[in-house]
Amino acid sequence: MALKMVKGSIDRMFDKNLQDLVRGIRNHKEDEAKYISHCIDEIKQELKQDNIAVKANAVCKLTYLQMLGYDISWAAFNIIEVMSASKFTFKRIGYLAASQCFHEGTDVIMLTTNQIRKDLSSPNQYDTGVALTGLSCFVTPDLARDLANDIMTLMSHTKPYIRKKAVLIMYKVFLKYPESLRPAFPRLKEKLEDPDPGVQSAAVNVICELARRNPKNYLSLAPLFFKLMTSSTNNWVLIKIIKLFGALTPLEPRLGKKLIEPLTNLIHRALDLLYGMVSKKNLMEIVKKLMIHVDKAEGTTYRDELLTKIIDICSQSNYQYITNFEWYISILVELTRLEGTRHGHLIAAQMLDVAIRVKAIRKFAVSQMAMLLDNAHLIASNTQRNGICEVLYAAAWICGEFSEHLEESNQTLEAMLRPKVTTLPGHIQAVYVQNMVKLYASILQQKEQAGEKEAAQEITQLMVDRLPQFVQSADLEVQERASCILQLIKYIQKLQIKEVPVAEEVIALFAGELNPVAPKAQKKVPVPEGLDLDAWINEPPSDSESEDEKPKTIFHDEEQRHSRHRQPEIDEEELARRREVRKQEQANNPFYIKSSPSPQKQYQDTPGVEHIPVVQIDLSVPLKVPGMPMSDQYVKLEEERRHKQKLEKDKKKKKQKKEKKGKHRRHNSLHTESDEDIAPAQHVDIITEEMPENALPSDEDDKDPNDPYKALDIDLDKPLADSEKLPVQRHRNAENLKSPDTEAPLVGKKSKKPKKKEKKRKEKEQEKEKKKEKEKRVTEEGKKTYDIQGNLQNDSQVTVSVIFENKSTSFLKSMELNVLDSLNAKMLRPEGSSVHDGIPVPFQLPPGISNEAQFVFTLQSIVMAQKLKGTLSFIVKNDEGSTHEKLDFKVHFSCASYLITTPCYSDAFAKLLESGDLHMSSIKVDGISISFQHLLAKICFYHHFSVVERVDSCASMYSRSIQGHHVCLLVKKVSNSVSVDGKCNDSTLLSNLLDEMKETLSKC
Amino acid sequence: MIKAILIFNNHGKPRLSKFYQRYVRGRASLYCCNCIHSGLIGGSDNKLIYRHYATLYFVFCVDSSESELGILDLIQVFVETLDKCFENVCELDLIFHVDKVHNILAEMVMGGMVLETNMNEIVTQIDAQNKLEKSEVSHICHWYQCALIVL
Repeated sequence: MALKMVKGSIDRMFDKNLQDLVRGIRNHKEDEAKYISHCIDEIKQELKQDNIAVKANAVCKLTYLQMLGYDISWAAFNIIEVMSASKFTFKRIGYLAASQCFHEGTDVIMLTTNQIRKDLSSPNQYDTGVALTGLSCFVTPDLARDLANDIMTLMSHTKPYIRKKAVLIMYKVFLKYPESLRPAFPRLKEKLEDPDPGVQSAAVNVICELARRNPKNYLSLAPLFFKLMTSSTNNWVLIKIIKLFGALTPLEPRLGKKLIEPLTNLIHRALDLLYGMVSKKNLMEIVKKLMIHVDKAEGTTYRDELLTKIIDICSQSNYQYITNFEWYISILVELTRLEGTRHGHLIAAQMLDVAIRVKAIRKFAVSQMAMLLDNAHLIASNTQRNGICEVLYAAAWICGEFSEHLEESNQTLEAMLRPKVTTLPGHIQAVYVQNMVKLYASILQQKEQAGEKEAAQEITQLMVDRLPQFVQSADLEVQERASCILQLIKYIQKLQIKEVPVAEEVIALFAGELNPVAPKAQKKVPVPEGLDLDAWINEPPSDSESEDEKPKTIFHDEEQRHSRHRQPEIDEEELARRREVRKQEQANNPFYIKSSPSPQKQYQDTPGVEHIPVVQIDLSVPLKVPGMPMSDQYVKLEEERRHKQKLEKDKKKKKQKKEKKGKHRRHNSLHTESDEDIAPAQHVDIITEEMPENALPSDEDDKDPNDPYKALDIDLDKPLADSEKLPVQRHRNAENLKSPDTEAPLVGKKSKKPKKKEKKRKEKEQEKEKKKEKEKRVTEEGKKTYDIQGNLQNDSQVTVSVIFENKSTSFLKSMELNVLDSLNAKMLRPEGSSVHDGIPVPFQLPPGISNEAQFVFTLQSIVMAQKLKGTLSFIVKNDEGSTHEKLDFKVHFSCASYLITTPCYSDAFAKLLESGDLHMSSIKVDGISISFQHLLAKICFYHHFSVVERVDSCASMYSRSIQGHHVCLLVKKVSNSVSVDGKCNDSTLLSNLLDEMKETLSKC
Repeated sequence: MIKAILIFNNHGKPRLSKFYQRYVRGRASLYCCNCIHSGLIGGSDNKLIYRHYATLYFVFCVDSSESELGILDLIQVFVETLDKCFENVCELDLIFHVDKVHNILAEMVMGGMVLETNMNEIVTQIDAQNKLEKSEVSHICHWYQCALIVL
């Protein structure tokens, strides 16, 4: 019988497992159904075996077939058999199958009750866990009733892993057996305050689900949830709690008020996130969503918050994410419809900024602004300071300044002259007055050029009629400008009557273009050669008494000094040259009022006209948007445009792909699609801001030399240069062996790196050990560096990680590392190999590549430093063939490297010293010039100590070896000498450590 | 509540399906997304939340008590956990080790309720279970070896 069983099991080893089944199905694409039915027959045979492992394997395959849609309910009994296996491996397979295919209609399910109960009380937490998980999927009213009590007990299990599962499954139990809710509820409530966050989250989850049915029941828990909401950092829990409060607030209005603060905090946090989240791709979408919220928002504060966020997001990094400025202007215009906002000035500033800096958008901006002026009555109702009427300030200025882009200038001028304007705040009216003249001037020019004299006179008349309303203004600025302009216009009128063409002269009043000036322009003005700004222009007034003694001569003296320092007489030629240069400069400066009598000509010569970027305006966008603009239409257009762009790109890509199609079977790890860069809709240049001539192009001078964070301004993407290595502890006796024929040295360094291996110790003992540096010879073709990193851990094992870097131009392969073992330290070799066998390095190195390999060493005693000699042999392969090369090195394990930086509290430290079973030793080093602080840092860094306490120039330090020796130090510094008193369980270790320390200190 | 979790590839082939609510199924489960759309599962209170990673769609079918953002976050945790457990997970891993995927999922979602969202905790538990399994399997192998010798 036993033999039969064994034989069956051996047959089983040749059965298909799940992977074979999957592979088989994939290989039988044509006759999949036939193949599967064959497999099911096999599985049926396997299920008849007595061996549980065979059955489990069969059930595992069935679970897969079930996922493909095959009915496996016929195997329900076998599944229960596997569930009751004693081994976790099989039990898990059984429960998984059950959770996939059992349901209330499965009749054998009642047979599971006792098995589940047994598993629930299993001493193995994973047996319990797997039973709970399975049960959660197929719990029936009967099971719920029978097991409710067992599960409730588990809610107080010692293991959080079980507790959280038990808490969660209670919801399923409540659903199937509602009578259990009342008795279980108090315990569930307790779990809200469980010390384990996982259990807490499970309890929140259950209560949130429960609260959907009858929120009133859970009102009493509100304070508890409130506390959780303000303290929890788990997003999942926060979301659930907020949802729960959503259900509770209608029942308890007072709750709403309490929630405002924490919720606003959350919202602000979310809005802040948005700021960093936007890209060219999603900006429009995000802003669209925000605009919807703006419309829906009830409180003005919240709405204003959204408004500032929208503007912040769009304008960040110099409008970096905006691909379509027409869209942005439309958004700004839409925002003006907000009532009661206090951020009118912000919108206005944005409008001005965009219109001034994005030349290509001016035409569109002007048309939108004209519309705003036309609808001013809608906006002007709110005249409070910083209210939305501020946008009229921007609108008026833009329409005036860029009036040449206006299509219906007459209409706009009339809009600006409406009596209602006088109700606006003074500073806005002032801008109105000033800009209506600009507008007037451009209309006048148009009419004159068209020869419509009457129309020109009409417009003058209009101004003369309407301006007096501003002259009466109570605002000084408005009054002054208005009366000034009124007189001017009256004068123009007189000239017009005499039929003198005036337009050119009027327009000359506003000639020149206003360009944005870079914030750093002033700083960038280059200092002319020979000018020393730090030199005194006059001799500094001296404090000498001699001057006081003869006050009367002071003027005389001064004059003498001046003449002394005056530059030598400049000859005529030089003067003429300078004059020429100055004239040139003035000609280029539109704000310089020139003596030249032809202002009109100048206007046309305004520098930069020919540099205005030529814009291809997308004709699908109606420029004249009737009524208010709708930013939404831009979103759609933009999508279409991007789609087109993408299609084009895809076409190109496909071509490339065809060539490449090949062995990409295993795709790379899963990642979301990357953002492709989106080309902007229009070639909108953000105008390069004005800079003084000869400004230095470099940005270096932008940086404040006193900026404390300047040092952090580092390009982290650059590959590390050889010189940039972190300081690593170098051993004093690092050997540099060079073979005589070496041209370029091989550099090797060792440092250490923690490894994870340990089993029992809770605190990881990681020892960083720096090993030594090696240098060795190279083949003539180049240079090769390798770093050796070591790590000591466990009480007798050390892992040395070696970084091999091939600096030569040849290919290195068949590398083998061998070390001459000492009695105390041995390299761990695979079983069966002799001490003369090297350990192969598991990779090859193409030129310029580095890779890391690890080698384990065992050590018996750590009280002394160790040195091991070794050889690295490898084959160098290049065009000329391959040669066998060797590289000798030494590995040095210093005593300090066996120490682990371990923090220690001063009371524990004091106890340790009092215990009296420590050996003592001390050293003294003279001629220390570095500061005490610096000194301590060195000891901490190189010798792995931590400072326990420090008083003035005296400090106690502590460290521990991997074998558990305590090492205590008392470091004192008196003038230039440092004394170190050490105490340690082992006197040899201590004296070796102090010797090493002495060496370090003597270098200070 | 989560009603179903499905993973399928770009061609609509299911790579994992886990239903937390029973529904009548047959071969049609190949077209499981249609089933959800037509309301076969859980009536009308349905939301489909999914993320697309490389060749795979991770689809969660949930009811109105779940937050979209929360579920998206959960999908991310799920995928990262898979990535950690399989070391650079790819579709083939899911094809050949669907049982392991189920075990990982069981540590995150239990009976349609979210059990754990902390990836480290999930990985710790999975590792511990794998270790337990390994020790059991090596025991069984040993037993087979003995059996062979006896024969």
